[in-house]
Amino acid sequence: MADPTTLPSAQTAAGRWSLRVLALGYLGALLFVPVAYVLVKTFGHGIGRVIDSITTPAAIHAFQLTLELAAIAVPLNTVFGIAMALALVRGRFPGKGILNALIDLPFAISPVVIGLALLLVYGRGGWLDGLPFQVLFSLPGMALATIFVCLPFVVREVAPVLREVGDESEQAAATLGASRWQAFWRVTLPSIRWGVAYGVVLSVARAIGEFGAVSIVSGNIAGRTQTLTLLVQERYNNFDKAGAYAASTLLALIALSTLLSMTITRRREP
Amino acid sequence: MIRATSITKRFGDFTALDDVSLEIPDGSLTALLGPSGSGKSTLLRVIAGLEAPDAGSVEIAGADATGVPPQRRGIGFVFQHYAAFKHMTVRDNVAFGLKIRKRGKAEIAARVGELLGIVGLDGYAERYPSQLSGGQRQRMALARALAVEPRVLLLDEPFGALDAKVRGELRAWLRRLHDEVHVTTVLVTHDQEEALEIADRIAVMDHGRIEQVGGPRDLYDRPATPFVMRFLGPVTRLGERLVRPHDLALSLHAAPGSLEAQVARLVHLGFEVRAELVLGDGEEVAVQLTRAEADELELAAGDIVHVRSTALPEPEPLSA
Repeated sequence: MADPTTLPSAQTAAGRWSLRVLALGYLGALLFVPVAYVLVKTFGHGIGRVIDSITTPAAIHAFQLTLELAAIAVPLNTVFGIAMALALVRGRFPGKGILNALIDLPFAISPVVIGLALLLVYGRGGWLDGLPFQVLFSLPGMALATIFVCLPFVVREVAPVLREVGDESEQAAATLGASRWQAFWRVTLPSIRWGVAYGVVLSVARAIGEFGAVSIVSGNIAGRTQTLTLLVQERYNNFDKAGAYAASTLLALIALSTLLSMTITRRREP
Repeated sequence: MIRATSITKRFGDFTALDDVSLEIPDGSLTALLGPSGSGKSTLLRVIAGLEAPDAGSVEIAGADATGVPPQRRGIGFVFQHYAAFKHMTVRDNVAFGLKIRKRGKAEIAARVGELLGIVGLDGYAERYPSQLSGGQRQRMALARALAVEPRVLLLDEPFGALDAKVRGELRAWLRRLHDEVHVTTVLVTHDQEEALEIADRIAVMDHGRIEQVGGPRDLYDRPATPFVMRFLGPVTRLGERLVRPHDLALSLHAAPGSLEAQVARLVHLGFEVRAELVLGDGEEVAVQLTRAEADELELAAGDIVHVRSTALPEPEPLSA
């Protein structure tokens, strides 16, 4: 335990430094060191090995499928998330409190449970068994699982921003002749754009990193329903550690590049 | 002419407007004056169409506007906290209404340039609202509202978020602007000085009702209720009457209708002197004198004086 008399006094130089060391040490132990270690392990056997293992047909397909799932889930959740945030912040309707709590359900429930639930609903003998197209062990089921797990991000990022910007500028737009649709596109959306962007980045990261729910509904068929995270697991189980590290690095790079692209665009803003 | 007839508006249990009727003549600058919660902002928002009344009707320029959305009422609205479009430059803010109306580029550019000149923001066109001071932002908001040539300009506490000095400057500026542009203007304010200074008509509101409507001098000199009298300026009580401290005269000898009092304290406020008196029954009265008057009476704390009202016409009895 640190001395309780020095801890709150962040004013002193010693206090400031100990806080910095504490914060960086925490992040370092939990984040930087493991990720850096994965990178070291990945490139430890030379860049050639890495390129070989991420350009196998199974790896390329897994990469494409992962992006495809993100490309389905993220736009849907973005539109839904903005609409839902508008309803929660601006709307007045019965059951709003319950709806507000329900949106966090995908955060609260383990993805494995979500996967099992989908299996029960769409599987043999389930409520929605017998649809004209296959849901489980194919793209629709994986898309459903991915949509479910990243559902709350855009709502949760946009709602507080909407609350903060208020609705006066929308009212001003209305008095200037703008329809609700025009006011939304020209005034509301630009003023919440960073909330939306952050929600999208988090959704992308969550979508490409999803493992539990997708692993249950996908069947994990290499070259057909295997995403990058499933590929990492398979390689690891097959004692192909180098291959697992290489695929992990690819995953990390996708997430990092979405985050970076947002940070760079944001910095260009006035 | 704007005519609001029997407007009632409730928010849950709270009655914001209680059967309010008001006529606003063309070309006037009318102030809705009252304390917070008096319903003045709600009335303005009902006129704008931003709030739907529970009962009553609104007429703008002879046509019923009660069910007409704000987009089609031909109004300009200015908000207390500017409601600037933060992601747009000053030019794009002012041009907003014209772009919505799909006016030609050349026309928009000319009109925006002209308006920026009127509100004194030449050279600020490419700035963002965050790069402007509060007063500049509010002038930009005014230009934006005026750009669409509204029949009615509605201002909701437009200077309320500004510091005293800027507020004073903008008041004088708004009065001059109104004399030039002549657009029918309704201004909501809780500041009686602001209303007296710039409005040519004032509607005093309290508890969701209009207490009195009239010119600034009418209201100040002939308040219809004690509330109006108190709200428009300083008051003190002399016996059974409410009077303004400057409508009281002091003398060293008894005169018809005067009351005897003792000077408790003298406060020198530059040119004026405020004498705080205590009457025989313990009641306190404040009297406002010029320094010359005070010097002539050689007033000092502890003196016995005689105080009487010089108000014309007779002030309203307090029993209302």
